[in-house]
Amino acid sequence: MLDRREFVRELLVERKDLLVVSGLGSPTYDVAACGDHPLNFYLWGAMGGAAMIGLGLALAQPGRRVLVLTGDGEVLMGLGSLATIGVKQPGNLVIVVLDNQHYGETGMQPSHTRAGVDLVAVARACRFTDGLYVSEIGAVHRVRDLVHSGGGPILVQARIANDDPPRVLPTRDGHKIKLRFMEALNAIC
Amino acid sequence: MDDRTKSALHWPDAIHAQFRRVGIRQVGYVPDAGHSRLIALCVEDPNIHDVVLTTEQEGVGLVAGAVLGGQRAALLMQSSGVGNCINMFSLLRNCGFPCLVLITMRGEFAEFNPWQVAMGSITEASLKLCGFLTYRVDEPNDVDDTVGGGCDMAFNGDLPIAILLSQRLIGRKQWNK
Repeated sequence: MLDRREFVRELLVERKDLLVVSGLGSPTYDVAACGDHPLNFYLWGAMGGAAMIGLGLALAQPGRRVLVLTGDGEVLMGLGSLATIGVKQPGNLVIVVLDNQHYGETGMQPSHTRAGVDLVAVARACRFTDGLYVSEIGAVHRVRDLVHSGGGPILVQARIANDDPPRVLPTRDGHKIKLRFMEALNAIC
Repeated sequence: MDDRTKSALHWPDAIHAQFRRVGIRQVGYVPDAGHSRLIALCVEDPNIHDVVLTTEQEGVGLVAGAVLGGQRAALLMQSSGVGNCINMFSLLRNCGFPCLVLITMRGEFAEFNPWQVAMGSITEASLKLCGFLTYRVDEPNDVDDTVGGGCDMAFNGDLPIAILLSQRLIGRKQWNK
């Protein structure tokens, strides 16, 4: 099983202008723990919406890579989004699900993936071009390659340990997160 | 054909023309009879990404992503779809995303299905509670002006704007054929 902080840190090494959307709760803390970045759009709510924010962003910025980094509970709440993404076939969108098989924010109740619901199979059935299950840190290089150059849409289900590392909290001001992201993107366009 | 009849037939075209005027580039929708012509116009428009959704709440995320990426977006839905969006609308308030939603009303004039009334009768109040400014259109001749004004408010002011296209405007749903 993967250590979530190590996996996300390695995944975001040399991220360059990668656009990152992080799902509420621990994925937002994991991304913030790698060091703050203006091209991070941290979610603190809107559960089930991360993949669709990624789709809107990927359609608006077809020349850039978009990574949605979220949790198993978050993606389960918006499972229909995978079908919607499968219709649009955004080649620049990659979703990485940090799967600890539990709802970490609410007391570690088991999620549907704990019972064997297979998100990679769901993504493939929804016309994602590639789906990958990883559970060893050695696979992070392959995931990073997919994030930066894979022909999307791609979903990676990353099996992480269900521990609870110290929280690293980015700003909760949504207006600030949005404006900072838009200004940084505008500056490189 | 008098002017009134013409505009009755062409109000979806007036909305599409407003989309072109303000440069809307992404349109999310759940298939809907009342919006069928506008949906077809958006699908045919090479400047618009048409995104068919499995549930209306997906559209709120789509709008946020589009704006982050520098594009304007609009959503088309039925009044019942508003109920599907309630928590996701918090994204708009928390971040100040502009959002234009065009809503075809059910559960009012000549509604044959009482199950539509429960949500249709609280649609406008729900939108207001979620922070939307709402504008209702009953007359075909008012569509262009109201939608144009809504576009300007949404995109110049980063505001959530809902235009309610009344069941009287859309016409009776033919359900028994």
